Amino acid sequence: MEKVSVSFTLNGEPVTIEVPTTWNLLKVLRECFELNGAKEGCGVGECGCCTVIVDGDAVNSCIYPIPEIEGRSVLSVEGISGTDGGLHPLQKAFLENNAVQCGFCTSGMIMSAKALLDKNPEPTEDEIRTGISGNFCRCTGYVQIVEAIEMAAKNKEGNF
Amino acid sequence: MSEYLYVGKSTPRTIETDKVTGRAVYISDLRRPGMLFGKILYSRYAHAKIKGIDTSKAEKLQGVRAVLTGRDIPEVRVGFLKDQTVLKKDVVRQFRDEVAAVAATSPEIAEEALGLIEVEYEELPAVFDPIEAMKEDAPLVHEIDARGRPVRSNILPLPWKFSAGDIEQGRKDSAYIAKDNVRTTWVNQCCMGTSGCVAEFDMNNNLTLYSQTNVPFLGKQRIVEYLRNIGLKGSRVRVVNPIVGGSFGTKLDTDIYEFIAVQLALRTRKPVKILFTREEEFRALPPRQPAIFEIEQGCDKEGKLTFRKVEAILDNGAYTSWGATTPSVMMMPISSLYRVPNVSFNATCVYTNNIYCQAMRGYGNPQATFAVETSMDSLAEEAGIDPAELRLINCNKPGELTPMRLKITTCPLDRCIKTVQEKINWKEKRGKRNGRGIGMASLIHVAGGARVYKSDGHGIMVKVDQNGNVDVLESGTDQGQGSPTVISQMVAEALGFRPEDVSITLGDTALCLWDAGTHASRHTFMAGNAAIRACDKAKKQILEMAVEHMPEIVEYKLKRKERKDPDFQMPDLDYSLISEPDKLDIKDRYIFPKNQPEHPYFRMEVSEVLTRGLHVGTGESKVVVGEAFYDPPTEMLDREMKGNYSCTYAFGTTAVEVEVDRETGEVKILNLFAAHDVGRAMNPTLVKGQIYGAAYMGVGYGLTEQLQLRNGRVMNPNFRDYKMLTAKDVVPVVPLVIEEPDADGPFGAKGIGEPGLVPTAPAIANAIYDAIGVRITDLPITAEKVLVALKKKAGEQS
Ligand code: FES
Ligand code: FES
Repeated sequence: MEKVSVSFTLNGEPVTIEVPTTWNLLKVLRECFELNGAKEGCGVGECGCCTVIVDGDAVNSCIYPIPEIEGRSVLSVEGISGTDGGLHPLQKAFLENNAVQCGFCTSGMIMSAKALLDKNPEPTEDEIRTGISGNFCRCTGYVQIVEAIEMAAKNKEGNF
Repeated sequence: MSEYLYVGKSTPRTIETDKVTGRAVYISDLRRPGMLFGKILYSRYAHAKIKGIDTSKAEKLQGVRAVLTGRDIPEVRVGFLKDQTVLKKDVVRQFRDEVAAVAATSPEIAEEALGLIEVEYEELPAVFDPIEAMKEDAPLVHEIDARGRPVRSNILPLPWKFSAGDIEQGRKDSAYIAKDNVRTTWVNQCCMGTSGCVAEFDMNNNLTLYSQTNVPFLGKQRIVEYLRNIGLKGSRVRVVNPIVGGSFGTKLDTDIYEFIAVQLALRTRKPVKILFTREEEFRALPPRQPAIFEIEQGCDKEGKLTFRKVEAILDNGAYTSWGATTPSVMMMPISSLYRVPNVSFNATCVYTNNIYCQAMRGYGNPQATFAVETSMDSLAEEAGIDPAELRLINCNKPGELTPMRLKITTCPLDRCIKTVQEKINWKEKRGKRNGRGIGMASLIHVAGGARVYKSDGHGIMVKVDQNGNVDVLESGTDQGQGSPTVISQMVAEALGFRPEDVSITLGDTALCLWDAGTHASRHTFMAGNAAIRACDKAKKQILEMAVEHMPEIVEYKLKRKERKDPDFQMPDLDYSLISEPDKLDIKDRYIFPKNQPEHPYFRMEVSEVLTRGLHVGTGESKVVVGEAFYDPPTEMLDREMKGNYSCTYAFGTTAVEVEVDRETGEVKILNLFAAHDVGRAMNPTLVKGQIYGAAYMGVGYGLTEQLQLRNGRVMNPNFRDYKMLTAKDVVPVVPLVIEEPDADGPFGAKGIGEPGLVPTAPAIANAIYDAIGVRITDLPITAEKVLVALKKKAGEQS
């Protein structure tokens, strides 16, 4: 099987891996690094459960070809809590506002929300809904997720 | 002010922090040493004979550890009516029939191996319409029944017949009668986490099954029985729940893939994981049971209901799971939503070559309530009575015994109706026919357990360690509803500790006591009632320990003080304040005398007493553990399908305002008010979460969601073509929590997991009628259907 070696930054740390060219970013995160936060809900770019941030943009890692990750910076849900282990304001707001039910969509949801808030720290409800429109949630009806993102935007201290 | 410290508060879900950090282990994340990956080969036909299977090429593929077909494993029947086998040997009867399975070192190799299996089929005539399937000359889906006797018809030997009162008399008493034909379709539960399990045997043939089941104990029993039937007598089975990515009914039955994983694990002696792809989830998971209803009901001149008669036909699909038992729940709204003296309900389940069906949030209730509540509006129109008024006239009341013998305890249905009526501005907005309209629908649902098995019990164990930390071994499961948070609140309240002192272990048959399963909106009700009883025992033990050891602890402390401080004056303490357990109480994990809660010496942290009680030094050391098995005082349905199968019932009403675009047929929801009788909300934020989620699912059921089957094949097995709502589909749901504490509920609580979905679709349909004057009785109400109905109406008028 043809393999490719790629180097990139993962949650702030430089990493290099060698994997089959056909692998996608989601598979790499889960299999090479045991980062299980990003989930496979569909595997074809339709549900958003696998969302991570690449160079500031929320992407569906399940359809992100691994050769294209060379030199980029990847952030997954495991990389957003403080170094002291403290929770990110979005993580706190999700727990506080019942924006997590089964939690399967949660990592992806939080990463989409983070990508949004990083670019637009004071989004309107409509902008929030657009920001997470690629992320399905079957449990919550989105209402408490939108509220949690609004809450995090209000409570944030400094940058996300 | 509430008399409670913790229940009734919106405690955050901190107990589930792992879910926001990516650490929570779902079945997709679970790895066991040496684990293999299983994949399943499904049928290529809806109905065919299997002429031969050649697995030789697949077996030779590097990395393949086992290939199984129906010829390689004992032909043991499984399922509710024992009408299928695990791998199909001779005949396939639906596209999802499991024909072969592979275990390999990676999912990719297993998938590749499936492609190398050659199956030769001979197609057989198939039937896809339940009404066609009932005809005498229809192709038979099954040739023999579970006992090997020849079968003559596709109709299941499972007649659902309910009757109360006298329909003919009811008809005579009627001034107005409405008759409607109503249809609901297949919808997929769409859990974001797909189905899967890991099966692992030890060398003594004992099995651990990591399963997402909502019924660990019933599921275990099915597996034990299966192992026994394949010749593994005496095998022990442990079922363990990982974190579960949603259920909504999918995890009530033991699915065929679980038996296949067991077989592959047995064959390879390695742990085997099967994890569905999304496409499999759509094609090979039983969806919600569809139904065709003919409903007729009448009322007298004053609007009092006189009778209700319902005939239902259920397309069972090729085999039988819980779908065929949904009439047991349909019966509840049909007989008992509003007061109706004469009721008849017949349901016929029919085998077809479609995929078979199972439970989904609400069981059969959303289907039947769609029929009852659309028909209520038809009847209101016939009678010239305002639909809200008709509902109020026939409103259920506390203390009533319904025709099904349900005992209604608390019932704020009239409050629910009036609340949404006021919120939506009913009088002002109704009847305009200007493209905007409003409608309502109500519901009744079990809210205090559901005795579908002889035991509706639920076990719990509460252990308190010397540090004052509480470990709760809870026999239910959590599929996202937030049980760990709510149970920690209830345990804290009952024991006198704080929610943060409580840890919850769920869903492990080796650790927990028996439970009938987390279904029927029963978890809070059952776990709460069990917790109160178990905590009573544990608390009693702590208080007895306190009576025994507090005097020594106090004396020891005083002496130490005296030693350190020569000026210290020994107080003259009245030890009678703490001389009996009844004189003491615990709150916020402090023990204190009831008569003097702030006593400077007798108020102490509970851990002091617990530590002392565990280390007595004389053979009298004790631990604190309270356990309870709560089985509510309810009845099974009798032969006439009557009986009080739940301890209490929840009511609710949803009112919707819609705008219908006459050009495109599109329906937009402008307002949705959902008033729900929850007894007492244990955690208001979580209760609202249940209502929001259920209402959204109900809007999907009403307007967009449909599993499209063509000749038995699922045509839209992906999220592009299966229309689930996204965050951009704004539905302005306003949950209205109606509290009227129920005497049987723990701290007054009733179940609320399913109700929010139930009345949503009929409320929307009724609002559409109010907006444009066409009644669509066939779910989902897509834009195309609205346009067709509008055209038809225009044609009739011109
Ligand atoms: S798993 Fe990547 S979008 Fe669904
Ligand atoms: S919380 Fe379950 S899918 Fe979003």
